[in-house]
Amino acid sequence: MTSTPAQTAESIVALSPGAMLRRRAFGHYGLLFGLAVLGLVFAAALFAPLLAEHSPYTQNLAARMKPPFWMAGADPSHLLGTDQLGRDYLARLLYGARISLLIGIVTAVISGLIGTTLGVAAGYFGGKVDLAVTFLINVRLAMPVVLVALAIVALFGGSLQIVILVLGFLLWDRFAVVMRSSVMQIRGLEYVNAARAIGCTTPRILLSEIMPNVVNNLIVVMTLEMAHAILLEAALSFLGLGVQPPTPSWGLMISEGKEMMLFQPWLITIPGIALFLLVLAINLLGDGLRDVTAPEAKG
Amino acid sequence: MTDPILNVRNLTVDIPIGAGTLHAVRGIDFELNRGETLCIVGESGSGKSLTSLAIMGLLGKRLQVRADVLEFEGRDLRSMPPREMRALRGDRMAMIFQEPMTSLNPAYTIGDQLCEALRLHRKVSKAEAMTRAADLLGKVGITAAESRLRQFPHQLSGGLRQRVMIAMALMCEPDLIIADEPTTALDVTIQAQILRLLADLKREMNMALILVTHDLGVVARIADKVAVMYAGEIVESGSAKAIFDAPAHPYTRGLLNCIPVPGKTKPGEPLGSIPGIVPSLIGTVSGCAFRSRCELAVEACATTVPERSASGEHMYRCFHEPLKSEVA
Amino acid sequence: MSGMKNREPVLELTNITKTYQVKQGMFSKPKPLQAIGGVSLRLHKKDVLGLVGESGCGKSTLAKILLGLEQPTSGEVLVDGKEIGPADRQLLARRIQPIFQDPYSSLNPRKSIEEIVSLPLVVHKIGDSASRSRAVAKMLDLVGLPERVRRGYPGQLSGGQRQRVAIARALVINPEIVICDEPTSALDVSIQSQILNLLADLREELGLTYLFISHNLAVIEHLATRVAVMYLGRIVEETSAADLFAGPKHPYTRALLDSVLTPDPSLAVPDIHLGATFPNPISPPPGCHFHPRCPLATDLCATKVPPHVQAGSSHVDCHFYEKSADGLSIQPI
Repeated sequence: MTSTPAQTAESIVALSPGAMLRRRAFGHYGLLFGLAVLGLVFAAALFAPLLAEHSPYTQNLAARMKPPFWMAGADPSHLLGTDQLGRDYLARLLYGARISLLIGIVTAVISGLIGTTLGVAAGYFGGKVDLAVTFLINVRLAMPVVLVALAIVALFGGSLQIVILVLGFLLWDRFAVVMRSSVMQIRGLEYVNAARAIGCTTPRILLSEIMPNVVNNLIVVMTLEMAHAILLEAALSFLGLGVQPPTPSWGLMISEGKEMMLFQPWLITIPGIALFLLVLAINLLGDGLRDVTAPEAKG
Repeated sequence: MTDPILNVRNLTVDIPIGAGTLHAVRGIDFELNRGETLCIVGESGSGKSLTSLAIMGLLGKRLQVRADVLEFEGRDLRSMPPREMRALRGDRMAMIFQEPMTSLNPAYTIGDQLCEALRLHRKVSKAEAMTRAADLLGKVGITAAESRLRQFPHQLSGGLRQRVMIAMALMCEPDLIIADEPTTALDVTIQAQILRLLADLKREMNMALILVTHDLGVVARIADKVAVMYAGEIVESGSAKAIFDAPAHPYTRGLLNCIPVPGKTKPGEPLGSIPGIVPSLIGTVSGCAFRSRCELAVEACATTVPERSASGEHMYRCFHEPLKSEVA
Repeated sequence: MSGMKNREPVLELTNITKTYQVKQGMFSKPKPLQAIGGVSLRLHKKDVLGLVGESGCGKSTLAKILLGLEQPTSGEVLVDGKEIGPADRQLLARRIQPIFQDPYSSLNPRKSIEEIVSLPLVVHKIGDSASRSRAVAKMLDLVGLPERVRRGYPGQLSGGQRQRVAIARALVINPEIVICDEPTSALDVSIQSQILNLLADLREELGLTYLFISHNLAVIEHLATRVAVMYLGRIVEETSAADLFAGPKHPYTRALLDSVLTPDPSLAVPDIHLGATFPNPISPPPGCHFHPRCPLATDLCATKVPPHVQAGSSHVDCHFYEKSADGLSIQPI
């Protein structure tokens, strides 16, 4: 054969996409912090029964309003004090983590499924499908999410399941918009044309050629919508229209403690700080993931 | 004998990446006189574009540009404060980029952009600037200049946009124009027109022209002087006639063997080729960078390679004698 | 391979047109843009048909139609004499494969080379995983890539290596026809010649037929057996490569050939005499599409569509030519 073979001796120096990703991830402080805090919250939620001595529901009116361990008059058996019904705050905090995480994850999954399906369809097929989806997105964006959630909860009563469903069916817009534009960018690339020319069916192209290249955007949006959902649930519960007492939702804990804000501030500061840290961690994780998977976008 | 308009000695560009440094341009020398056309030829990774950007002072702070001599019209460009550099750019030296689709701002009219090029450097009224803009559009062969001035870049084709870029570069009558692959993105019939235009304007305005390209055909037709770059170095330089009639460096010979020439290369016969790929320029680079692909390589090529003269101004970097036979 | 071709063409296009509806603004009616206006072509086995033309001539659209990526507005695509419709895309894919221009976007960055090259086999359910693995190894060897590349990813390879992978992918299911859409335009000159030599070798070894699209006439002259010149969606001249380069007939062909800059320092850049007007595909000039730029244009050219002058397998669409008396050649009027 007269044509020359390609020399690759020194050429496979660059790392595979997976290895490069791992290397970048370990250097990113925001990402690592977010991951660490999120990991802690997960552990707290998972091991709540082991970590808390008391149940979050047991009322002990004799031990009401005990301050947390760093204040005077603390009760050593209640590390973070008790609330106005004598329930152990540490237990309520840890079990509350379960609620927040559950809401965050399940809502993100539901809205993710809806939004991604719509967005990918709009991005890949274009034309009338795109027009329809864009219309739906615009309708959804015109809706005030909190008011709609309130209205539905007012109609059907508040509960964990209702909140999850309502938020899941309302928070899909960012998924749709991001997936749509990502898919539109990729659809024009030649490897998609090559796949079509090879004879790939549309489902195969969507799953095998396009999805792997948009999945990093998807994960970033997913983390951000998780944080969004958690905050919304806290707001709804604060207003009394989310999770109902005695379930230990952090938003509900803030609501229940707001009357005693001046004299027993820990009742709202403890769940407040927990919420803040969790949402911050998720946002940092999301930002970090975006930086790490698309460093070109950092500018 | 007038001084050269551009004098470059030992220009280096280093790019810090991760743990090491990429030595993208490794000590190049050349000079350019008024009215001359220098073509810098090379493939990707040769450092030719970086060279032109370094001369214009358009490289970011992260890239370390050093030179023993980097003088334009006697002025030292190395230590020039950014303000003075900005005054020079667009006025005394101008650049034409490769991509006509993206080098014009889509939000402004052609007229606005042309006028801005002039008014940044001269105190003239908008009306005067517009007149000159219309003048130059006519010079670059654009008819109905008045209406064109009011158009936006997206309303023009690639060839027209590139002519506008040339007009923009000429607004202040610069002494030096650097064109980086100005016709690579254009159709081949338009390419011929643009190249003729550049050559005519250069002659008319007595400018110096540096044309960076990978296309040896273009080089042969318009260059007075040629510098062949490979892996950050100039491996051969001289007059166009000398280089094409008797290429001395194995890389230049290899390149000339690679391209199919209608009438010369026999259809159906395999083309010459240069096996392998450009070596990495990260970390210390010693000896001849071409030795991994050169069939004439010997032990000595791993040490510093001498600069030799084939004849007069024609120099090349190689141990071997230039082979006397014509390129096949 | 020269001589009388009474065999069936492996690929034939009859009167293909492709019109897009282009929106001119939010509220105005879309205007038709005729990307291809009546193209007929024949490809015989082991031909290399060079398709040349500049931007906007429709050659890429034609390639997409041949690959089943677009449907023609009218006209037929025949493979081995049988008409191919939109439903036969899978069938078409086994016979015709592409090599695209940009080695950097024609390979999925998230798939390993092994997955990329074996994809056609997987899609067409050919063989089992063991035989596919062997096929991939054989293809990589054929295109001159070392074995260890298969575990790597496109991001680790150079442009030339990626293009070799694209060639391997195109050939792994043994297609007969390969559509090469500017396969070397994005590559360095020294790599370009490697790839061109590879393509020539593979054609010999595997008996392939190429449709080679390029704007680089020097490359076409080197590789092609026949050449078709496109301008604004029409083929203005088609003949054997030898004849075209020895004696181009259509004024546009002549301009194209004159524009080729050979590395001869004793020559300057030629004056092509094409004028500065640029064709707008949405409102093409009346009569002969080329007349505003043609140095020979007359009033006739501005009003009447030029005739299709055919002799044997060559043709020219120009007012200045006619068929010779014996019907065997084309001569100027």
